[in-house]
Amino acid sequence: MTEDVIQAEGLTRRFGDFTAVDAISLSVARGEIFGFLGANGAGKTTAMRMFCGLLKPSAGKARVAGYDVWTETEAIKRSIGYMSQRFSLYDDLSVVENIRFYAGIYGLGRAEVRERGDRMLEELGLTAERKALVRSLPPGWKQRLAFSVAILHEPGIVFLDEPTGGVDPITRREFWKMIYRAADRGITVFVTTHYMDEAEYCDRVSIMVDGRIEALDTPAGLKREHDTDSINEVFLRLARQARRTE
Amino acid sequence: MDAITIRDVSKAYAAGKARTEALRGVSLDVADGELFGLIGPDGAGKTSLFRILTTLLLPDAGHASVNGLDVVKDYRRLRTQLGYMPGRFSLYTDLTVEENLAFFASIFDTDMRENLHLVQDIYTQIEPFRRFRAGNLSGGMKQKLALCCALIHRPRTLFLDEPTTGVDAVSRKEFWEMLKRLKAQGLTIVVSTPYMDEASLCDRVALIQQGRILRVDTPEGVRRGYGRRVMAVKGPGMLRTLERLEGVDGVVDAYPFGERVHAVVAVDPDRIVWPEELEAVEVTPDIEDCFISLMKESHD
Amino acid sequence: MKQFLQFVKKEFIHILRDPRTLIILVGMPMVQILIFGFALTNEVKNARFVYVDHSGDPMSHRLIQRLEASRYFESAGAVTGPEGIDRAFRRGVCRIALVVPADFEAATRRPDGATVQLIADASDPNTANTLVNYAEAVVADFSRELAGPAQPPFSIRSETRMRYNPQLKGAYNFVPGVMAMVLLLVCTMMTALTVVREKEMGTMEVMLVSPMRPLRIILAKAVPYLLVSFFNITTILLLSVFVLDVPIRGHVGLLFAESALFTGVALSLGLLISTATASQQTAMFISLIGMFLPTIMLSGFMFPIENMPLPLRVLSNVVPARWFFVIVRSVMIKGTGIAAVWKETLVLAGMFVFFTTLAVRKFKLRLE
Repeated sequence: MTEDVIQAEGLTRRFGDFTAVDAISLSVARGEIFGFLGANGAGKTTAMRMFCGLLKPSAGKARVAGYDVWTETEAIKRSIGYMSQRFSLYDDLSVVENIRFYAGIYGLGRAEVRERGDRMLEELGLTAERKALVRSLPPGWKQRLAFSVAILHEPGIVFLDEPTGGVDPITRREFWKMIYRAADRGITVFVTTHYMDEAEYCDRVSIMVDGRIEALDTPAGLKREHDTDSINEVFLRLARQARRTE
Repeated sequence: MDAITIRDVSKAYAAGKARTEALRGVSLDVADGELFGLIGPDGAGKTSLFRILTTLLLPDAGHASVNGLDVVKDYRRLRTQLGYMPGRFSLYTDLTVEENLAFFASIFDTDMRENLHLVQDIYTQIEPFRRFRAGNLSGGMKQKLALCCALIHRPRTLFLDEPTTGVDAVSRKEFWEMLKRLKAQGLTIVVSTPYMDEASLCDRVALIQQGRILRVDTPEGVRRGYGRRVMAVKGPGMLRTLERLEGVDGVVDAYPFGERVHAVVAVDPDRIVWPEELEAVEVTPDIEDCFISLMKESHD
Repeated sequence: MKQFLQFVKKEFIHILRDPRTLIILVGMPMVQILIFGFALTNEVKNARFVYVDHSGDPMSHRLIQRLEASRYFESAGAVTGPEGIDRAFRRGVCRIALVVPADFEAATRRPDGATVQLIADASDPNTANTLVNYAEAVVADFSRELAGPAQPPFSIRSETRMRYNPQLKGAYNFVPGVMAMVLLLVCTMMTALTVVREKEMGTMEVMLVSPMRPLRIILAKAVPYLLVSFFNITTILLLSVFVLDVPIRGHVGLLFAESALFTGVALSLGLLISTATASQQTAMFISLIGMFLPTIMLSGFMFPIENMPLPLRVLSNVVPARWFFVIVRSVMIKGTGIAAVWKETLVLAGMFVFFTTLAVRKFKLRLE
């Protein structure tokens, strides 16, 4: 049996009268690539923040990497990685400085940082640019570097919040290859995206509408169920039922 | 008649010692009433080109004209004819929907009420929120309001810089439907996007990368001009499938595409010996396949 | 014109919808004037003193009582010897001590007179100085009274009169200073911030693409702040007159006209800063470092310009607040007319023309 690294049951978050996340239940297995889809304002970000231990739920249960989201948020933060398109690396630090900084946050030892950092740079083909400021890297490289840094401490789960915005189709695919490799090593990948074709790269996807999970299955399963050949179509059908706008 | 002509336009920025060439000799024509797409990743030069066409930047070399007016010499007259929606929704978040519209109408010396019928179609969708502050609107609503603001002075040419970035699939679809209707009214529209799937919704597209135009054609033309055959391959997981396709004779490229892997083949697919567990079916190349191959060629 | 009014209306909405800005714009001037007027005053009021009375005769009692009776001082009791004074200073009980020598009464009758000692805690030299001056005045007063009408034929007396501000009220200095500071804050910093904010939000891009002329954009941005400034000047003057008892001796119209001129200088500086910066942070930083520090340090408001070393004295000439400070003090407190301040006015007018031209020139038609 595969172990579940994310388990949520009836997880709910209310802001005043507004129920941002409405009793969602899901489980994500170790090494799985899980696509977390939803229109703007469907509650994705709120749910993700609860999983990351940044936000206390209002009701329900959830365990992430074996820790409780109510009581063990610090332990959760230590065992996950996080990357978003908006914030990931410091532009005015060099590649190595960024690596050292993040490694420092997760308490990696000096030797460990050097060894893993070097290996990582080599894999990325960035060894020559180790001293370059992150600002000077092309966006695609920045994203791949950001992802590598996010999993430098070998977390059990990595959360990716719209990681591939604004890059070309080749770079996007390079990025996904990295995701596959990470998943292959047993890292669970929990990813949100607006690119529907990327949804198809996931093992399973959930589609959130108005705070609830309206669909959860493999991409193929969803397409079969809705009798269509694209996830985009499934998404549009479900998301159009949405009544609320942010 | 061409609404927009661009000839050998170059633009570079100096940041300290580093010099970034944003545009390297771009030439392009957009016909009157066309819905033209500028497709390319961040940093390809899309925004620079938009800013030159909207008189916000001066080209270092070359010249460009919009509606027969030079973007440098006739910028003052040209500015009355342009509608422009910059990358970030340029709205006043502390002003209500109505106030934003009234303001943008006034800076173009027109009256909001007089011209509201021009944007009626889009405005009705945001009208229920007209007393809401723009900052409290959802991404899709903001995008519609920004479009209304860009249209309120009845521009002849509309420039939309990545209007759908960061907007969910539903709003994106609605937005493109709106563009279709605007085009039907005779407006020339130039729109940039990083989303390849939006390319097929344009009359013609230009693929831009690293400041160069790689290809200008209709989406159909781009697909037809693609010289290779594409196989959709299914196998035991994405990574394994990709690994197994490496070094297969006749396969020149392989990359994930939806739930399958697209393998670009240079020979007759029947002559290829597919590794075990792989199942290959020929598919019509998608516009994204074409772009991937164009981009790889330009890299080499 | 309609275009312009719409624009001004929009600027007002920005101000009115943001409670924080509104508080800074309108509340801060009042708070500042009251803080400076009441709390930070260097007037002496009920300062405490200790005394060492080596004499203990009726005359020494009278002197001590006299000091205590004055509205400036209040006794913190007697101490013994220098150690007692030291202790009192260290504990912060008081900052000044009076030492009356033995046989004080007898000494006062001798031709060469008696001497009392005033010891002040000079760790804060300004306060010490003020206290000593006040105490000396009380002692001198007392000695004149003792001498009575029979004054020694050859005594030389110096009489100091603090002109225009006989009670040495701090508010006379602070009101012009606060006016300069508030106008700078409202006009320079706020205008710089509002222009730069439009750059940050990207709305400036749309504005530039529109047929709106840059000069109009600048004017439309300036108008609301000009109005807010007049509101502020009025509140400051009202507060000064009715709460701080600082009279307006000169012509109110002139005072407003000069303030308008200074506001113009401040506005043009704000616009100049905004043309040179791309982020609100930088704009704020430049306004604070480049405008406020010089205004506080070099305008003569906190520290007298005459006492500054030459380089700073020269530098103070380019600080607009310095000239405005002189004008306001002169018109408001001395009651002079334009004839007395035309030079300063001319300097400000020159600065206004210079900075405005520069700002309009530098305001870009395009993004680069």
